[in-house]
Amino acid sequence: MPLAAAAVLLLACMGAHASPLQDVLSPAGPQASHIRDLWHITLAVCTLVFAGVLAALVLVLWRSPRAASTTAAELRPAAARERRSGRRVGAAIAASVLLLLFLIVASVLTDRAIAQLALKDAVRIEITANQWWWEARYDDDDPSRTFTTANELHIPVGRPVLFTLKSNDVIHSLWVPNLHGKKDLIPGRTATLQLRADKPGVYRGQCAEFCGFQHAFMAFLVVAHPLADYEAWAAGQRRSAVASGDAQAVRGRELFLGGTCVMCHTVLGTTASAHRGPDLTHFASRQTLAAGTLANTPEDLQRWIRNPQQFKPGVNMPASNLPDEDIKALAAYLRSLS
Amino acid sequence: MRAARRHAALALCAALLLAAGCERERRNFEPPQGQAVAPKVRATVLQPGQPMPPAGAQAPDMPATPYTAGDNAFAVSQGKRLYRWYNCSACHAPGGGGDWGPALSDDKWIYGSRPNDIFLSIVQGRPNGMPSFGGHIPEDQVWQLVAYVRSLSGQLRKDVAPGRSDALQASEPEVARDREQPRPAVPRDGAQNR
Repeated sequence: MPLAAAAVLLLACMGAHASPLQDVLSPAGPQASHIRDLWHITLAVCTLVFAGVLAALVLVLWRSPRAASTTAAELRPAAARERRSGRRVGAAIAASVLLLLFLIVASVLTDRAIAQLALKDAVRIEITANQWWWEARYDDDDPSRTFTTANELHIPVGRPVLFTLKSNDVIHSLWVPNLHGKKDLIPGRTATLQLRADKPGVYRGQCAEFCGFQHAFMAFLVVAHPLADYEAWAAGQRRSAVASGDAQAVRGRELFLGGTCVMCHTVLGTTASAHRGPDLTHFASRQTLAAGTLANTPEDLQRWIRNPQQFKPGVNMPASNLPDEDIKALAAYLRSLS
Repeated sequence: MRAARRHAALALCAALLLAAGCERERRNFEPPQGQAVAPKVRATVLQPGQPMPPAGAQAPDMPATPYTAGDNAFAVSQGKRLYRWYNCSACHAPGGGGDWGPALSDDKWIYGSRPNDIFLSIVQGRPNGMPSFGGHIPEDQVWQLVAYVRSLSGQLRKDVAPGRSDALQASEPEVARDREQPRPAVPRDGAQNR
C-alpha cells in the first residue's frame, strides 16, 4: 500500500513536470544552475550532519551503562570520563561552526556568481505587478520600438535579460524557478533582476509573496526562443492591432469600444488606451488568459468575460450582463487580435 | 418575568446591531442577477428612448441594491478605487475638492444630492463638461461610485467611510469629514461650476 502511494506521488510529480516547466532542479540558465548547485551542497551537508547526529545517538544508546536497580548511584563524576566527553562536545561544536561557515561561504559565492552577468546587448524589460496580473514593457533606446504586453514574456536564448521590477499596489514577488530565484516587487521602489536562458522552452513563473485573494492565480509564462524567433515575435508585438474583417469580430470591436472594456484595457490602433487592465493589443498570441488561470480558448474566454468572479473571486474585472451573442462577438474580436 | 422579557429584547437588539456589522464588511463578488435595471432616462428630447419626464420632475427611484444605501464598507472602498481608475479625480480632484469640475466635498449640489440623482449624473452626464458614462461603467460600479461620492461630503456613517488610501492623499480622510447639509445650487454663468 505505501508502495502504491509512493508510485502515485511519483507519477503526480512527473505530471507536474509536463509543460510548462516550473522546477528549481532543472535549470535553464546560469543563475538557476548556481542556485541548484547551492541547493545540492546544502542538501549534502545537512544530510551528512543529520546522519552523523543519528549515528551518535544510536551509539550512545547502545553503549549507555546498564545498572541493576539495586546498585548504588555514582555520586561523584569520574574525572577521566568527564574530560573525554568535554573533548567530544568541543569537537562537535567546532565541526558545526566549520560547516556553517562553509555554507555561508558557499552562499556568498553563489550570490556573486549569480550577479556576474555581462549586460551588453541585454533585453530590458520593465515588469509592473498588479493585483493579480503582470505587465511587461519591453524597453528600447528608440522609443518607437518599445511595446507593452502582459502575463507572457518572450526572451531570446543566450542573450542576457535585465528586468526592472515595480509594483502598482501591494508587495509581489517574481519567481521563475527554472531561470532565477525570487525577487520582491515593492510599491514605490525599483528592483532589478538579471538572468539568461540557455535552453529554449516554456517556463512557468508565479507570484511568490502573498498579495491578496487571488495570489495563487497570479502566474505568467516565460517563453525562451532562438534569437531570430524572438525578433520575429517582438516585431509582431510592435505592430498595431490587426483585427479580422469577419462580421462577428467587427460587431465585437464595436461592443469593445462602446462598452465597459474600453475603460480599463488598451488595444493599440483603436481608441482603447486605458492602463488599468492588461494590454490586449495582441491578445490572440498569448497561450493563457487571466494571468495563467485559464487556457486561451474561445470557450474559456467567453466564460471569463461573462463572469470573471467565477474563476478569480475579487478580481477587478466586472461581470458582464451582455446577451450571449454579444459575448461571443467580443470573444471573436479578441481572438482575432494576433 | 417582565425583567426576563426585557433582557430578551435587549439581547435581540444587540444581535441585530451585530448582524448589521456583518453586513457592513460583506464582500459581494457575485454579479447582480438579470439584465440592466436602470430606467432609460433621457437628458434631451433629441435622444431616442422613452418619453422625457416633464421639466422639474424628480429623478425616478432606482431599485434598491446592497450598495445603494452606502452602508457597505467594501463597496465604498471599491468606489474610491474606481474614482481614481475612471479618472473622476482628474476634474473633481483626488479628495473631491473640485478643479475643472465642481467640488464634491461641499454642500452645493447642482443636480441633486440623493443617491439616485448622483447615479443619473454619472450615467447621463451633465452640461458644462461632465461626460456620460452610461454603458461604459457597469451599474453596480456606478452605485459604488455614488456611495464614495457621498462619503466625500460626510454623508455616510463613520464606520463605513474609507479611512485609508491606496495612494498618497493630501486631503482629509473621508472618515474624518464633517457632514455637510446638502443644498441645491445653480451653476455659475460661464463654463466652470466650481
